[in-house]
Amino acid sequence: MTRVMAGIDVGGTFTDVITCTVPDNPDAVPMMTIAKTPTTSSNQADGVMNAIQSTGMSPANIDLIVHGTTTTTNAILERKIARCGLITTKGFRDVLELGRRTRPNAYGMTGQFEPLIPRELRLEVDERMDARGNILIPLDEAALRNCLKMLIHEGVEALVIHFLHSYANPANELRAETIAREVWPNNFVTIGHKLISEYREFERGTTASVNAAVQPVLHRYIANLQDRLTEGGYQRDLLVMNGNGGTVSASIVVEEAAKTVMSGPASGVIAAAKTAAKSGVENIITYDMGGTSTDVALVPGGEPSTSSELAIDYGLPIHVPMVDVRTIGAGGGSIGKISAAGLLEVGPESAGSDPGPIAYGRGGTRPTITDANVILGRLRLEAFAGEDKPKISIDDVRQAMESEIAKPLGLTIEAAAAAMIHVANTQMAGAIRMVSLSRGHDPRDFALFAFGGAGPLHAVALARELALPKVLIPARPGLVNALGCLVADLRQDIVNTINRPLEAVDMTELKAVMTAQREHGVAANAITASEIAETRISHSADMQFRGQTHLIRVTLPGPDITREQVQAIFEKAYFERFQVTLPEIQAVLVNINTAIIGIRPEVPIEALLDADVRKQDQADAVTATRTVMFDGETFDTPIYNRDALPLNARITGPAILEQMDSTVLIEPGTNAAVDGLGNILIDVPLASSASREMAAE
Amino acid sequence: MSQRPKAIDPITLTVIQNGLQQVCNEMDIAFSRAAFSPVIAEADDRSDGIYHRSTGELIAQGEFGLPVFVGTMQYSTMSIIERIESGVTAAPEPGDIYIVNDPYLGGTHLMDVRFAMPFYYRGELFCWLQNTGHWPDIGGMVPGGFSAHATEIEQEGLRLPPVKLFKKGEMDEEIFAILKSNIRVADQRIGDIRAQESALKVGARRLTLLLDRYGSETVEQAIDEIRARSAQLMRAHIARIPDGTYVSEAFVDSDGVVNEPLKIAMKITKSGSDLHFDMDGSSPPCAGPMNSVMATTYSSIYLAIKHIFPNVPINVGAFEPLQIKRPVDTFLDAHYPRPVSGCAAEVSQRIAEAVFAALVQAIPLEVTAAPAGTSGNFALGGDDPETGQNYVMYLMTGGGYGGNADHDGLTNGCSTIGISKMPPVEVMEQKFPILFTRFALREGSGGAGKHRGGFGVDYEIKVLRGNARASFVMDHGRYGPQGAVGGKDGAPNTITLHRVDGDYIPPHFSKDQGLAVAAGESIAVQTPGGGGYGDPADRDPALIARDLKRDYYAAGQR
Repeated sequence: MTRVMAGIDVGGTFTDVITCTVPDNPDAVPMMTIAKTPTTSSNQADGVMNAIQSTGMSPANIDLIVHGTTTTTNAILERKIARCGLITTKGFRDVLELGRRTRPNAYGMTGQFEPLIPRELRLEVDERMDARGNILIPLDEAALRNCLKMLIHEGVEALVIHFLHSYANPANELRAETIAREVWPNNFVTIGHKLISEYREFERGTTASVNAAVQPVLHRYIANLQDRLTEGGYQRDLLVMNGNGGTVSASIVVEEAAKTVMSGPASGVIAAAKTAAKSGVENIITYDMGGTSTDVALVPGGEPSTSSELAIDYGLPIHVPMVDVRTIGAGGGSIGKISAAGLLEVGPESAGSDPGPIAYGRGGTRPTITDANVILGRLRLEAFAGEDKPKISIDDVRQAMESEIAKPLGLTIEAAAAAMIHVANTQMAGAIRMVSLSRGHDPRDFALFAFGGAGPLHAVALARELALPKVLIPARPGLVNALGCLVADLRQDIVNTINRPLEAVDMTELKAVMTAQREHGVAANAITASEIAETRISHSADMQFRGQTHLIRVTLPGPDITREQVQAIFEKAYFERFQVTLPEIQAVLVNINTAIIGIRPEVPIEALLDADVRKQDQADAVTATRTVMFDGETFDTPIYNRDALPLNARITGPAILEQMDSTVLIEPGTNAAVDGLGNILIDVPLASSASREMAAE
Repeated sequence: MSQRPKAIDPITLTVIQNGLQQVCNEMDIAFSRAAFSPVIAEADDRSDGIYHRSTGELIAQGEFGLPVFVGTMQYSTMSIIERIESGVTAAPEPGDIYIVNDPYLGGTHLMDVRFAMPFYYRGELFCWLQNTGHWPDIGGMVPGGFSAHATEIEQEGLRLPPVKLFKKGEMDEEIFAILKSNIRVADQRIGDIRAQESALKVGARRLTLLLDRYGSETVEQAIDEIRARSAQLMRAHIARIPDGTYVSEAFVDSDGVVNEPLKIAMKITKSGSDLHFDMDGSSPPCAGPMNSVMATTYSSIYLAIKHIFPNVPINVGAFEPLQIKRPVDTFLDAHYPRPVSGCAAEVSQRIAEAVFAALVQAIPLEVTAAPAGTSGNFALGGDDPETGQNYVMYLMTGGGYGGNADHDGLTNGCSTIGISKMPPVEVMEQKFPILFTRFALREGSGGAGKHRGGFGVDYEIKVLRGNARASFVMDHGRYGPQGAVGGKDGAPNTITLHRVDGDYIPPHFSKDQGLAVAAGESIAVQTPGGGGYGDPADRDPALIARDLKRDYYAAGQR
């Protein structure tokens, strides 16, 4: 039977859809359609329905929809959240407000922080567990019932129960849950240890409060979307993206709603990992440059790096495992200016999308990176106008660049534009270097996987700055997040804290923990069993030497493992990272992690570019020639319609490839090739041996 | 490098500035990640920088370093250079690393140990790389080095003049043997020494590559130009301060030995393009460990200014317009053998507070009322009969920040001079035989104002097993952090020992040492709230109602 799938990603500005039709007959050609429509911020479901409609598909004909949504992320950032209440251990209701004794910036004695649950809705009950899980004070059930009554009376919609040391012994939390569920008017009850069974009361409690704060929001959104899809004739389960880069059934996604926060960038990284793997590239750094910011992630050996220590905002850590995406405050809208010291600065101030760069013609007056690209001939003003005529002229853009940057620095307008791009690139390169170095990777071992509207425009220069040998640009750089929805697997990540010297770990108990993790994950995935072609399970441990605070993660073969094996695996990994052995110091097993991955059937990503549009001869893909500046020189530069390029085309720069969702810049003397999937691989000439070594450090 | 170079193009300049900054940032990261001591690995109590080869002045410093080290290390580089020139210290050779912690030679307290490495490019001394790390112990009369009762530096620990710990790349095992014999938990120090060494080596490799790429002449030109432009940037900020003289005072509770407050008298004069700092009239040198050394006093002023103008880069150029009159014969310019362990953690914060309190009069929109301004050092040492082992627990806590022109102050912020996170209660209870009976927001502690101060913390720790001794080096127990522009002071710090035979309150308010605590007894601490900003009568009634609803204040309190 022919199978139709749709990946739908709702971003801040656009809702993107890719549909994929895989014919029953293996010889027939799969087909994809794409659409990019404005996001409807009041109710994202409207935008989703519009987007599906734009592809020409009816929901009735779609077998599976996988959805990435920013509903929960936005709810937190804009504080449009549910009214939540907390019941916690006596003496600790302020944990969520006090945090870990920080300030937002190293310098500047200012800052503000409001916890997600206000103090008047944070109540305490008598109960206490010690660090080993012994009950010191039993749960005062009568007091708990009173608290529940008060919170219900206060109109609280979502409840958090968070007790100290519940990771060590959840008995009191579980008893409190039973009582709460008897009286709580809905299902929005979050139990601290159930979301993450890790020590650290502020992070565990905050993660639980994030969950509660977005549960009702996500519930309403998903219910509304499902209704709309059902009206449109869609009859199947909906899958929703999580921040760990996996998907879960909409029927259970609300229970752990916190896991959908920050899922947008994760989905792009998953698509990048899958695309690069198919292209034969193993290690990539993903580089998603948009209007206001740039997201960067490491994918060593095809596996996206994950972290359980991310934060959505100041004071709001979410300690569930997520794809480790770092955001850099530089994008197409980053503004250039001259500091009081007379030096050129680019960003962190951004024109955003409104008014946006001057080139958008929406009232922007200060030169941005996008404007610099327009001045150098790399972007066309017409491209921002949609079907209208450009609202402003190139002279407007040049004038602003002249008065704000060129004149104060004594440069030509073109040189000022080039300088802005150069400074932005060195800043991004620095940030990428820190991201890779702080995890012990040599950036030279990676290819740069560039996407987003602006990524492919800067990728070659950035790779040169970092001495990365290769740039990979996927077929649809502007739709990578939607592709991520289409290709992502089902995934559960489960973490338990052990935090004992390895010598003191009960290996039988460890095996039981890993087995329970496995069973829990398999059961969660099984809800959408029809989607699973194969299940893969991986175990890992977070370890350290006693006395250290930083952890390193090591892969474990499985639950049947001896103490000696764990010790050997850890010592080997530590030596590889730090080149030292520490035989006199005890190893400590801090966390045990299990990932349960339900592999979904493969998606034919080669169908992303329509074969019918391709020309036989690559010369026929040239649509125009423009004057473009590189390194102070002008070049007559051929402009290609990217979609029309034949597979296996080879291009030597300068060249610009234009497509609906992005612009690719190939610098002079640089060689690019289209691979069999439609990806573009660019070899980056290295400026000097020095720069190559720069990146190695 | 004093000669003004020919014009260097502004783009290369920016790129080299970013490059030097990154060299330092990478040293910071390498140091923390390889370190064993949680003080360095977790609390980031360390810093890395690049210094001029002949003047010792600061060229660039890592952005992840602890704020208290802003500008301090240049004074130890200067001391080393001076001693080499006068023949007291052996001349540098490639591969050497000097170790020094002498507070009087451009340092802080003895626990902050500096490594200084001469950096050679193509055979020539190009600059110095230096870092400092807070060692968990350096000997002396109490574990950890913070004795509230020391009256001479010998009681505070081992004092090292600049000597080569590494000679031509090899560690001098004999000097290391002396170190090991004089500090507690010595077996773990080798890991931290290697981390400190490795950070300098990472810096050297990266700096070599920067020089290979741009050429040493261009980089030198850029360094000169960056210095000039940083001064220009600082002067642009200073230009916004109206001409005039601004006077303030701040008080350290006591020196820990003599129970009298120590006064910092601060007079800041803005004239022309510079700011002049005069601390004449401050208390004379004190008997206890609350003396400050010159480098710490200067860097406290730098860090206060950096808090007010965060975007100024950290290098000697930025300090140029800050003219500090050396506070001779006061406790802010201590000489041998005055004890100094409290200077980096507490006196530094009072100096910064005096700067805030003076400048908030001049530029009230840009400066906050006084923050809690204490590191809240609490040490508990004892034996755990269950494990048969001794333990030493350190806890540092935050407090409320001052209100400012736009907002209320932050609750439970880190010390003015720190950036580290507090360990979770759950971790403390795993490691030590203690139980927190509460860890709460300290109600009523924020100073009233149009924008009130943030709140301090109210915690109590019960000793579960064995016998223990408690020591405290905190501050702001006598007077609370000062309000500004008509705002009220925040609540002062309190310490109470709940013992079987009655409560004990330290006579010096915030400092005491070796207090016996038995199993079942407890220690309660309330940290300061921030000062309020603006007249409390101008506070938005809706915010007052909100604060009452949240029990931030008791009804009728204000």
